[in-house]
Amino acid sequence: MELHTRTLTELARGLAAREFSAVELARALLERIERAQRPLNALISVTADGALAQAAAADREIAAGHAGPLTGIPLVHKDIFCTEGVRTTCGSRMLENFIAPYDATVVAKLKRAGMVMLGKANMDEFAMGSSNETSFFGPVRNPWNTRLVPGGSSGGSAAAVAARLTPAATATDTGGSIRQPAALCGVTGIKPTYGRVSRYGMIAFASSLDQGGILTTSAEDAALVLGTMAGFDPRDSTSVERPVPDYRAELGASIAGLRIGLLKEFFEEGLEPESGQRVRDALTAFERLGAKLKEVSLPSIALSVPAYYVVAPAECSSNLARYDGVRFGYRCQDPRDLADLYRRTRGEGFGAEVKRRIMTGTYVLSAGYYDAYYLKAQKVRQLIASDFERAFGEVDVIMGPTTPTPAFELGAKTADPITMYLNDIYTIGANLAGLPAMSIPCGFAGELPVGLQLIGPHFAEARLLNAAHAYQRETDWHRRIPPGYA
Amino acid sequence: MNRTEIETIAHLARLALDEAEIPAYQENLSRILAFVGELERAETAAVAPMAHPLAGLTQRLRADAVTERDNRERYQENAPQVQAGLYLVPKVIE
Repeated sequence: MELHTRTLTELARGLAAREFSAVELARALLERIERAQRPLNALISVTADGALAQAAAADREIAAGHAGPLTGIPLVHKDIFCTEGVRTTCGSRMLENFIAPYDATVVAKLKRAGMVMLGKANMDEFAMGSSNETSFFGPVRNPWNTRLVPGGSSGGSAAAVAARLTPAATATDTGGSIRQPAALCGVTGIKPTYGRVSRYGMIAFASSLDQGGILTTSAEDAALVLGTMAGFDPRDSTSVERPVPDYRAELGASIAGLRIGLLKEFFEEGLEPESGQRVRDALTAFERLGAKLKEVSLPSIALSVPAYYVVAPAECSSNLARYDGVRFGYRCQDPRDLADLYRRTRGEGFGAEVKRRIMTGTYVLSAGYYDAYYLKAQKVRQLIASDFERAFGEVDVIMGPTTPTPAFELGAKTADPITMYLNDIYTIGANLAGLPAMSIPCGFAGELPVGLQLIGPHFAEARLLNAAHAYQRETDWHRRIPPGYA
Repeated sequence: MNRTEIETIAHLARLALDEAEIPAYQENLSRILAFVGELERAETAAVAPMAHPLAGLTQRLRADAVTERDNRERYQENAPQVQAGLYLVPKVIE
């Protein structure tokens, strides 16, 4: 069996059994990355020398009998995570030449666990986008069909895992940026509860919504990596002080009796029929596994996208104020004075979508408008969170589609921002309420993968992973590889 | 949104816009504001605004103690222009 077709868990077994070395594994995947770079553009930076050095160190750990479960396993980091000594661009001209002076906590933890970084994944600029078309480094293409987008903002991470360039890739999710590309590329992705994974060194977009997570090819793999990434970090003031369970220990448990809520509003108009059918098929499969289905309703969920497009731009306009051309990042040529330096640095360093969001945020926070927009959006956010809380009084997990349609063509939705924003109609609710949520492959609409979304109450990551794993033991959608990358 | 409003917001956000870009921002921002205007429909008189997704948790404070090392030189490697350990900007005071 070729190395790249194996799951992370299978690779870990192979390394432990000395079937192949970490260096051989890293070399094999670096070759695949090189071949895939032109058609997919999934990575912004490839760190081949660093990867081979880390892999050699991993081989020494394995030989000495000190290996952990992730020692020697390759991964790609979304280019939003700071990596010490390695360029960290956030998909922006603003940070085109920024060399991070420290590691994000997520990066440091996975490095300590012996994982081998192959490179940095392409992404929408400052994670603002749903198609990976806003990247300064060019769009990423979907490995299932290169005329189509991979989703976003973690499009490079999802395309890299789907094309089997890496068994795992870190990602972040502010309004669906892990789950939506996971669905469009046919991979497994988990966004944990807000506060579960440290945001230290993860470049900020909208701080009350941003959360790091992982993309893999299976729930079992996601459980292993998430367990290592998660946990309290004193350097992130919103990090939660709560022990991390062993997510793998609960994977094998039966899901008989699990109460699944079918989210009524997610199956109404707007859902592409074939995708809807695949999601219903998956729910039937869960019933066969002993789960009980029940319809639930979230009456305020229709307002989640408008609430998000007030809260997220407001927080982004504040977070991105730091890019001023003084301490780091891009600076315009020959500024006339300080005001000109700020204005032109930001005008030239940011792309159109980022500027649009900064301006929206500046407007809704400006004098006279705060109550009408920001305060109102925060109240609607509470309504949506309360809807979820009521639903979780009746069911254990909520399920539905991740996206309204499968992958769409490049350029199809760039003309109108609202059309693009509505891609995240099913995913944004979990961010507003801070809930853990996953997307797993559940079949195909035509030749394109469809994602099933699972949403749980706060800190129910183990329950989501258990349900996803039970489904993946009965199906093989998650093992399907895009033709051309098999 | 008219041209003046776009120019005011761009000024508040310290963003230089090309003349040619302004009509597109007028149209896009008008569409976005009309879209988020749907929020008015929601009955929220009795609802407390939600600033943090985890109920009951507040921003943690830390002890007022020095915990970071001085990495100034290292950090200044990323600066566009430095001299003698200082960040350089265009002259502010004549």
